[in-house]
Amino acid sequence: MDFSIITENISEYIDGTWLTIQLVGMSLLIGLVLSVPFAVMRSTNRIFISGPVWLFTYCFRGTPLLVQMFLFYYGLGQLEFIKELSQSWTFLQNAYWYALFAFTLNTAAYTTEIIRGAIVATPYGEIEAARACGMSRSLVLRRVVLPSAFRRALPAYSNEVIFMLHGSALASLITLVDITGAARIINSRYYSPYEAFLTAAAFYMALTFLIVWGFRQLEKCWHAHLKPRETN
Amino acid sequence: MKKLFVAAVAAAFTLGAAPFIAADVEAKDWTKIRIGVEGAYPPFSETTPSGELKGFDIDIANALCAEIKAECTLVAQDWDGIIPALMAKKYDAIVASMSITEERKKKVAFTNKYYQTPAKFVRKEGSGIEINKDSLKGKSVGVQRATIHDNFLTEEFGDILEIKRYGTQDEAYLDMTAGRIDLLLADSVALNDGFLKTDAGKGYEFVGPDFSDPKYFGDGAGIAIRKSDEDLQAKLNDAIAAIRANGTYKAIQDKYFDFNIYGE
Repeated sequence: MDFSIITENISEYIDGTWLTIQLVGMSLLIGLVLSVPFAVMRSTNRIFISGPVWLFTYCFRGTPLLVQMFLFYYGLGQLEFIKELSQSWTFLQNAYWYALFAFTLNTAAYTTEIIRGAIVATPYGEIEAARACGMSRSLVLRRVVLPSAFRRALPAYSNEVIFMLHGSALASLITLVDITGAARIINSRYYSPYEAFLTAAAFYMALTFLIVWGFRQLEKCWHAHLKPRETN
Repeated sequence: MKKLFVAAVAAAFTLGAAPFIAADVEAKDWTKIRIGVEGAYPPFSETTPSGELKGFDIDIANALCAEIKAECTLVAQDWDGIIPALMAKKYDAIVASMSITEERKKKVAFTNKYYQTPAKFVRKEGSGIEINKDSLKGKSVGVQRATIHDNFLTEEFGDILEIKRYGTQDEAYLDMTAGRIDLLLADSVALNDGFLKTDAGKGYEFVGPDFSDPKYFGDGAGIAIRKSDEDLQAKLNDAIAAIRANGTYKAIQDKYFDFNIYGE
């Protein structure tokens, strides 16, 4: 093992980490914003509201992220009007937006289902009590259902965030140089798979550590009422 | 119970490992050779819609095997992992248009070359891009990752060009026709037969000079083998000389190209 090739090329990894953070951060943020209204729609009884959302989550959870990304990047790229559009809107030539688009819709689908599950699990007594206090439907949703749903969804959502981080490694397949992309370049330049990919693994583990730590802080604050009571 | 489990695992490992040990012993007299090829680099190596491998590399590999009277199995392997898989003994030789370069020689041994062609840029007709530092500034170029062309671009044009690296040459062609890159750099013959002459390549043309600086482009394409297999290297070198001499090479060449691909 020769880690001097890594120390010489560490800037590739740092640039790659920055791209990974951007891609994952942006797609999680937009995905979360989309998924809250989707989850509310999905948990109603009315089929024409919940149906389309069900179809969306079914399609995006039913196919691999890699296939979705290839469909958006190479598939759309073959369409004539996309080719013409990308002459005037040059951002359409950039693989970044296709990856971001695929990641966002994918994580939105999973997060929708996570939050829906948490909404459906709201104890009916809480809603009844809120109604009895004279709260309107939207007020019940805002003050009672959603806050407790977010608490319940938190542990499952932290998994989704970590999966998304790891899923983002696929971006390296459509010319983006994220952490994995940097590792592939170093591997191809020096034919040293161990050094190149071990370093990538270390970067991913550091990011995962930050995510886990962040969620623990959130849980401490949101789940404070669930902590075992201190007796002395 | 625990002992039984340990015994079962041990037995599974022994049984599982047996074929590999046997293959290793067998391979030493080179009556059976496994050859790694790429399958995504037309016209040298491509996968037909029905899943079969064909192309110049494939024909050469089969001709060499016939010459040394060995039974050959072709193994398709993505370019990125083609050298690591050779080191891991997934196969014994690589016939995949691999250029003989100093960097690769640190890891593997090469036979003599079996062909040599220069590299060239391709542009869209009417794009007006010229191959000089001013005209290339800020342009994007597609290249296959981990190739001599990738190294050449990174070293010579890395500061002015935006380099997009693809796993296969086919993916670079897709992005060229989708209008996402301005230029391609690859082997001139691969570009000509694999892209420009196809329907997808209509409206694209060669631009600029031939590049063949041995510093980047090495001494032509050779067959890569593990450094320990000197006997195989000697056999393959003799076989290359033999098919050059007996006309087999020319017959294969004429099937794909109308010029001398062997070079000087």
